[in-house]
Amino acid sequence: MNERALASPDRETERPPPVVEVRDVTRSYRLGGRGRRRGASDDGTTVHALRGVSLAVESGELVSIVGPSGSGKSTLLHLLGALDRPTSGSVRFDGRDAAGLSDTELAVLRNRHIGFVFQQFQLLARTPALANVALPLVYAGVGRRRRRERAREALEAVGLGHRLRHRPAQLSGGEHQRVAIARALVTHPRLLLADEPTGNLDTATGEEVLAILRTLNADRGMAVVVITHDPEVAALTPRRVHVRDGVLESGPP
Amino acid sequence: MSLAEAFKVALGAIAANRLRSSLTVLGVVIGVMSVVLLVAIGTGARDEVSAGIEDLGSNLLIVAPGGFEFGQAPTVSKFTLETVGDLERRLYGRALVSANLVSGETVRADDVSTFASVLGVTETFDEVLNRRVVRGEFVTESDVAMGNRVAVLGSSAATGLFGAVDPIGRTVSISGLRFRVIGVVGRLGATLGVDRDAQVLLPVTAAQRLFGTLRVDTVFVEVPEAEALDDVRGEIASELGLSLEPGDFSILSQEEILGVAGEILSTLTGVLAAIAGISLLVGGIGVSNIMLVSVSERTREVGLRKALGARSRDITRQFLVEAVVLCGVGGVLGIGVGVGLAQAAERFTPLPATITGWSIALAFGTSLVVGVVFGVFPARRAGRLDPVVALRYE
Repeated sequence: MNERALASPDRETERPPPVVEVRDVTRSYRLGGRGRRRGASDDGTTVHALRGVSLAVESGELVSIVGPSGSGKSTLLHLLGALDRPTSGSVRFDGRDAAGLSDTELAVLRNRHIGFVFQQFQLLARTPALANVALPLVYAGVGRRRRRERAREALEAVGLGHRLRHRPAQLSGGEHQRVAIARALVTHPRLLLADEPTGNLDTATGEEVLAILRTLNADRGMAVVVITHDPEVAALTPRRVHVRDGVLESGPP
Repeated sequence: MSLAEAFKVALGAIAANRLRSSLTVLGVVIGVMSVVLLVAIGTGARDEVSAGIEDLGSNLLIVAPGGFEFGQAPTVSKFTLETVGDLERRLYGRALVSANLVSGETVRADDVSTFASVLGVTETFDEVLNRRVVRGEFVTESDVAMGNRVAVLGSSAATGLFGAVDPIGRTVSISGLRFRVIGVVGRLGATLGVDRDAQVLLPVTAAQRLFGTLRVDTVFVEVPEAEALDDVRGEIASELGLSLEPGDFSILSQEEILGVAGEILSTLTGVLAAIAGISLLVGGIGVSNIMLVSVSERTREVGLRKALGARSRDITRQFLVEAVVLCGVGGVLGIGVGVGLAQAAERFTPLPATITGWSIALAFGTSLVVGVVFGVFPARRAGRLDPVVALRYE
């Protein structure tokens, strides 16, 4: 994967290609049965989490994906984040089809171009905020000193410049999520994916977190996709996509 | 992720589970310790036996009954004093011939008794086998000719029977026969905890009468000029061939005995090392086991790292380094404990123990290899985890 390939314009249109685009993707899982044994489809139940979804997220966009639990929105996020591969259909990052990429290339893609924010924060316990934020840079091969600088900048950007050495246990829930956001933006990704980022926070704290995400979107032109089941959260984004039973519904305008 | 980063993460994970890590390391410590200790004992035994054989001198030929090979059962001797006399005449002026007859007996002096090896010897025995008389005199030619009931004591036999008292002129009794003590020989030391000074030497003729036999067990031929060794060997063979079958005797040089003894003791060392290796193997399985626990405990962490851009090989490396660090620490501690115990054994028990550099290097190298071998399966399993599944793992 090289930078030029990612940045090259889509030949079919004049506009730059979407940051990420899924076309007719389906994703099924087999539950029960005996795992991946060949011809095991009779043993278990096949669950169709996504049944043909097409969605493009343009550069600099702020989108929410709304749906009840079990609607397939998390599965969609995993595909948008190159964490998973579709059963059928295509996923394109900056116009480039991900089907041809190896697991290692997908790891590099996630590392360089995508930032994740999870509902459960997913911070390493016993590890200070600064080191948590610097973690993606470890896998990007950035030197130690440069990592610390960039992690500090990212923490300052989310208003935690005074909490560099604190461990997760010493931070509040809102601070947890802000550390997680700092970690997501430390690599300057073009796409930030947030999976129920306010799900574990009270309303006021949740609003603060959303405000940070909106600022990042507005100031840095980072495309932000927020997954939520909460219509109030969704109401704060200019574009809303509704998922139900594995398909997109056209949402209210 | 660089190796240095992997190291940092591994050390953090080990420190986070101190008790568990210590117990895992303990398994490796015991394995490495056993390797170091048992190899030291095996090596020590070989060195000690070799030193004992080298004491014989390099210009000595030993004529032993039967064949002399690793695994061959001992044979009853067909040599007699006549054999010895024939050899003496044939080799006169070129070599010195001696012979002995050995039996373990209880030896008494007044109210004290001790168990000693009783050797019937010819008068040349002290010269041929480098025994130094420190007091009194050795068995003489006429003692042998007349079958005089005299005895020369090894140093510990002398102190065992007589304590601080001068034994010269006193009597010892063996199987009811009394022998007058005429000399004491100097210290030889111990081999493998067997005291080589608990000996009583009698004139061979007196010993034959005592044991009711006409045989001698072993004939020793000292050849002062080393270049004559092969000629003398040929003459011994042709002389003995006149009266004995070829399978009835074998002629050995010090080098050949060293070879056979070395073979036996190397086998012993190998067996000890293999037994120790089994405990190292068990330690390795413990490491594998704990690494699997560690991987499943940290499944979510693996998922997170993968989401943030860790490649499979970054994850595999992280866990592999952890396993190797556990084993490396175990290796270093095991070497320390093993060396300590070997020194204690050398000092406080009759067991000899010699620490060799190669056994330490081998033990440490093996512990690292164990880390890789037993770490690679859990580490690869961690590397292959699906990030989506891993992130959801409870």
